[in-house]
Parts: sequence; structure tokens; C-alpha cells
Amino acid sequence: MSHILTPGTAAPDFTLHVTPDQILSLRDLAGKPAILAFYPADWSPVCGDQMTLYNEILPEFQKHGAQLLGISVDGAWCHQAFAKHRRLHFPLLADFEPKGTVAKLYGAYRDGEGVSERALFVIDKNGMISWSYCSPIAVNPGADGILDALEKLPN
Amino acid sequence: MAMLKVPVTSDDHIQGPLEAPVTLVEYGDYQCPYCGLAYPNVRRVQQHFGQQLRFVFRHFPLSQIHPLAEPAAETAEFAGDYKRFWEAHDELYENQERLGAELFVAVAITLKLPVAELRDAITRQKYTPKIRNDFMGGVRSGVNGTPAFFINGMRHDGSFDFEQLVLAIQTQL
Repeated sequence: MSHILTPGTAAPDFTLHVTPDQILSLRDLAGKPAILAFYPADWSPVCGDQMTLYNEILPEFQKHGAQLLGISVDGAWCHQAFAKHRRLHFPLLADFEPKGTVAKLYGAYRDGEGVSERALFVIDKNGMISWSYCSPIAVNPGADGILDALEKLPN
Repeated sequence: MAMLKVPVTSDDHIQGPLEAPVTLVEYGDYQCPYCGLAYPNVRRVQQHFGQQLRFVFRHFPLSQIHPLAEPAAETAEFAGDYKRFWEAHDELYENQERLGAELFVAVAITLKLPVAELRDAITRQKYTPKIRNDFMGGVRSGVNGTPAFFINGMRHDGSFDFEQLVLAIQTQL
């Protein structure tokens, strides 16, 4: 398993495609907390799917003013189809070219397989990582760790 | 090991005796095909353990991908107000392939419940706060998909086939 960035580290900035014709940078979210959810691939089985679960929990994340960003090495068109199919209401970022660059910045890239880890980061409004967690790749980590971390953020 | 954070109370839908040595809690979604597959297994497990097992069902609808899960849960809760939760629960899972407005009405008719009131409850999402409360309790307990089972408060990470559930419950007896 990778050594992901730990709490107290400044979250590296990045700019990625969020749709085929739009880009998003982490710094665009400055002033509010962010949740980065790296995951291996779009289209994993439905009922246990991590992004589908987070989609249902968005109102809880929003109570903390936090923006959720899903990130995988899938391309923007793939993300678009996946988000439409699962009716996802949050951005999916394409860490596609050069592949896995952002996952590598966060220590969350699996070299052998060419996908990102199932790694979670909660970033505070000042851009510092306040919590991180790397799940075994086959295990959906759920959202309890994220919610605990958001509750511990200073207002 | 994920632990159940919300204790079982009289607000829950419970089958089996209060003093049963084992409590099985399921977080489920009426439109989830895996929950549909688990349903007969749970019934067999209940028959197998009889009075030794208490079974609790809580809602965990993934409403964005399963748009019928929420109205189905409303239907079950509506029946629950008339002390008929479990009959509605069984009807919903036993007819999962027909899930929809017609089935919800049919359930009300079968259970001799007022159809207009059921329609109104579904439209107004009368039971959504309770359903959402179940859902968030599940999230905080580490539920990451459905069905999710807890046996005496500990998440059962094995499969939900009959033999695996029996084995896991047996260790608590």
C-alpha cells in the first residue's frame, strides 16, 4: 500500500479536467474544506460503490461547507458517462494526462496497476491536510471517517 | 472492525424476543438486487435460530440510483404505523421485480390499509426524516453498501449466504 500524505501537510495544488471542456483547481476551493476521494476506477459494482454512497451523503458534507471531489485516472468522457449513469452530483476529476500525476503528488498511486489507491483526504479551509486514510483497494471505506474528520475541523 | 453506533431501541422494527442472545441488524434498500437476494437467506436464518435471534431492519436507500427505494421505504413505514411493517417488508422483497407505485398500492390493499393516505404519505415523504435517520446512523456505523449486516453490534464482512450468516451467528451463542 502507498504512503499517502499525512495530516499537517499542505495539500499540493493541482488543476484537472472536471468535464471535457472545464478545468478545476484545488485553489479554486480556498476558504472552504475539501474532501478528495481517490478511487481506482469508474464502473465498479453498483450497490457497494463508494461514489454512489458519497452521492447520497452530499447534504451532510455540505453542512460542513465541504466540497467533495472524486478523482481517478479515467478520462473526462468516461467520468461524464459514469456520473450521468449514477446520477452523481459532485465533480469527478480526470487524473488522466499525464496519467496519475495528482495521485502521485498525494502518494496515492499504484505503479504496478496504473490506478490510484482508494485514498481519502480531508483538507481544511487553509489548504492543510487534516485527515487522510488509505483503504485496502477492494474495500469501500464508507464515509464515517470523513464525517468524523469534518466534525473535528475548527469553524 | 466497524461497530454499530446506533443501539437498537423500541423505535426500530424488530422481530424476535428482546432477550435473544443474538441480534442481527440489516441495513437494506428495497430496490437493491443484492438485498433481494439476501432476503430469503435472512428468513431461513430466522427460522433456523428461532427464539435465539432478534432481527432488526433499518433503511439504507441509495435513492439516486434506486429511485423506488425511498417510496418503498415510505410504504413499509406507513404500514408500520398500523403495526404491519413486517408484512409490507415481506411483500416488497417478495415482489421486488414489480417494485413501483402499483405494487405500493397493492400492498396497502392486501394489508387493508387506506390507499389514499399511503399515496399522500409517499407524496409528502412523510417518513423521510426517519428513513434518513436510519441511513445516517448506518453511515456513521461504517455501512458502505447494501445489504450490510451487524451481528451483536459487529459488522459482518463475510457473504450473506445462509451458511455464512449461520456460522457467524453461531459464534455468538
